[in-house]
Amino acid sequence: MAIMSMIQALNSALDTMMGRDPNVLTFGEDVGYFGGVFKVTEHLQQKYGARRCFDAPISEGGIAGTAIGMAVYGLRPVVEIQFADYMYPAYDQLVSEAAKIRYRSAGEFTVPLTVRMPYGGGIFGGQTHSQSPEALFTHVAGLKTVIPSTPYDAKGLLIAAIEDDDPIIFLEPKRIYNGPFDGRRDRPVVPWSKHDASEVPEGHYTIPLGKAAIVREGADCTILAYGTMVHVALAAAEESGIDSEVIDLRTLVPVDIETIVKSVSKTGRCVIVHEATRTSGYGGELSALVQEHCFYQLEAPIERVTGYDTPYPHALEWEYFPGPSRVIKAMRRVMEAA
Amino acid sequence: MDQAPGPRRSNALSLHVPAPRARPGDKPDFSGWSFPEPGATPRPDIDAPAFELRDYAYGLVRVLDMEGNALGPWAPHLSPDAMRRALKHMLLTRAFDERMHRAQRQGKTSFYMQSLGEEAIAVAAGMALSPDDMCFPSYRQQGLLIAREYPLIDMMHQIYSNARDPLKGRQLPIMYSSKRAGFFTISGNLATQLPIAVGWSMASAYSGDMRIAAAWVGDGATAEGDFHSAMTFAAVYRAPVIINVTNNQWAISSFQGIAGGDNTTFAARGIGYGVPPLRVDGNDFLAVYAVTQWAAERARANLGPTLIEHFSYRGGPHSTSDDPARYRPADEYRCWPLGDPIERLKQHLVSIGEWSEDQHRAAQEDAAETVRATGREAEKIGTLTEGAHPRSSMFDDVYKDLPWHLRQQRDESGS
Ligand SMILES: Cc1ncc(C[n+]2csc(CCOP(=O)(O)OP(=O)(O)O)c2C)c(N)n1
Ligand SMILES: [Mg+2]
Repeated sequence: MAIMSMIQALNSALDTMMGRDPNVLTFGEDVGYFGGVFKVTEHLQQKYGARRCFDAPISEGGIAGTAIGMAVYGLRPVVEIQFADYMYPAYDQLVSEAAKIRYRSAGEFTVPLTVRMPYGGGIFGGQTHSQSPEALFTHVAGLKTVIPSTPYDAKGLLIAAIEDDDPIIFLEPKRIYNGPFDGRRDRPVVPWSKHDASEVPEGHYTIPLGKAAIVREGADCTILAYGTMVHVALAAAEESGIDSEVIDLRTLVPVDIETIVKSVSKTGRCVIVHEATRTSGYGGELSALVQEHCFYQLEAPIERVTGYDTPYPHALEWEYFPGPSRVIKAMRRVMEAA
Repeated sequence: MDQAPGPRRSNALSLHVPAPRARPGDKPDFSGWSFPEPGATPRPDIDAPAFELRDYAYGLVRVLDMEGNALGPWAPHLSPDAMRRALKHMLLTRAFDERMHRAQRQGKTSFYMQSLGEEAIAVAAGMALSPDDMCFPSYRQQGLLIAREYPLIDMMHQIYSNARDPLKGRQLPIMYSSKRAGFFTISGNLATQLPIAVGWSMASAYSGDMRIAAAWVGDGATAEGDFHSAMTFAAVYRAPVIINVTNNQWAISSFQGIAGGDNTTFAARGIGYGVPPLRVDGNDFLAVYAVTQWAAERARANLGPTLIEHFSYRGGPHSTSDDPARYRPADEYRCWPLGDPIERLKQHLVSIGEWSEDQHRAAQEDAAETVRATGREAEKIGTLTEGAHPRSSMFDDVYKDLPWHLRQQRDESGS
């Protein structure tokens, strides 16, 4: 075991897999010599050589397309899109190709590809360094979407993603790369070393895709969250005094419906939290699933706490960001509804 | 306030929209084009630096003259047997297209696309590449499968989406896929196969493999961003890949000028990337074979990618969904100055005493009969109808394993 930040844990996952499997390689903008703008690929080029960890042209479509070709060949490429906000040029390749190749070739060609993208706000990144595009991926049949919320999960999920035989969109909540963030920006930043989940095994382990984690048990209200919002939800649960159960989904597709249904059936109340814009956001899907599976156990209408349906505003970031106060308000509404 | 239309000022800007020289009712006009003489273009060494090869982007590699003589340093010196095989592959491709186009007209399938006039491009590549080199075609390279002797009946099964369709009825007709034949699953999205081909070839190089990749894209689809990213990555990483532009002059109803072909050649795009740009007479089987061989040798020697523009003409409609008489002169194809690929190879074989009119007629009849007989067999299995595939198969192969939500939807679909 070692104490790691999420960045170090992700780096360790790549290191572990490159060490074990010569078919694993990684590339992206500034990923090679420099080790990535967030340092997730640091030292990998030194250790494994430029053939296995290299810089790519500023061409997200080219990065995705060539990585798909490598995966079709039989390698297990892991590529980095420098910010999720820049994935749009790659979107066509991911949607039209990565997601469909297995299906349209009746299983003959497959795409064991992992696409890593730092996403989300809270870093004063403005419109082009803050977006949360997960719903643009969860809507696509053939892709799996994974989002970790701790160093321990980040490593285990990334290894599972690399070993998976389907294309994986691996969204990394960059606001919590260096420490958990509960949305209280007035408080000092806590490093990961203070958090239990920063204890990370040095070697190989996986966290199965499609399995959520109950990160806080409670009886009265279920909060569904992922990424940074897990920590916001936990803070809201503590501060509200409401006995709430917080579920970290970890994988959005395929989602762990059993854990969700079990929890909401028990609590009868559900608050869904994400940073992405609300309309057609992943919260809409979660809300529909909870309604379909738990309608008769629900004591109150489901609440969604999300980013607003605007582009990510720079100066008004903290008005936009769904912090604990907004989550607590929604929790109170579901508690009072009965 | 909108500006009212008024007289244009003399120094006003004006927008240029390219237009083809001839539209329906006009006389086909290919005047003013000049091509190098057959045999006149030198054959560079495969390790020539890209910057020394710029002129090839504006020339045209030609081997066969219009009398059927094979001339110059590009002549590939194929055995008569190989050339007869090539001829038969092209005849079979044409006969297959003819029948399947008709089958769509008869309502036996939903869609078809012919390669009429472009048979040499795919068949020559299919023969010049190694059988295990990986092809990333567009939808008009059925000749590759035929040259690689992929079972004709499986192509028909795919077109009919019948119970033996290797793709289980999932794909539009002609969007074949065969790993065994080194033929990547065709995408209906134009040009996406290019960066994938480059990535595949990078993986081959990464793995110390011997196989190279080849990809095909139409003149129209070179305008996609994927063409640019593929060329960039291919050049940067010196990928062992051949990128073929099949310039058949048309992209549905848009002439090649709409993709930028009026201003320069498609081959010339290679210059900007430092990729050798070869431009070849796509209706000259021997020339296509020779340039493919050159590019393949270069790729195999770790010398990187080649861009090849195949200068040709789309003889048929774009697909079964359009009528070219609505946007181009009906006789334009017949006036194409570089002739017909089958006729030209035939003429060559005849002129060297290795083929005759009788043999040709027999081979034509043979191809037609093969297609007819295979067609009867395929139709026995079924043409496009519902019920050839179990409903539940729709949910397979979205992922390796069926996730709960698809299992649920599969169960719902049956109830
Ligand atoms: C991304 C994309 N845009 C548009 C289309 C529709 N489309 C199909 S074929 C075609 C014309 C392509 O022409 P060209 O690239 O010259 O190839 P050709 O058909 O002549 O072989 C168009 C516009 C498509 N399939 N994919
Ligand atoms: Mg065309």
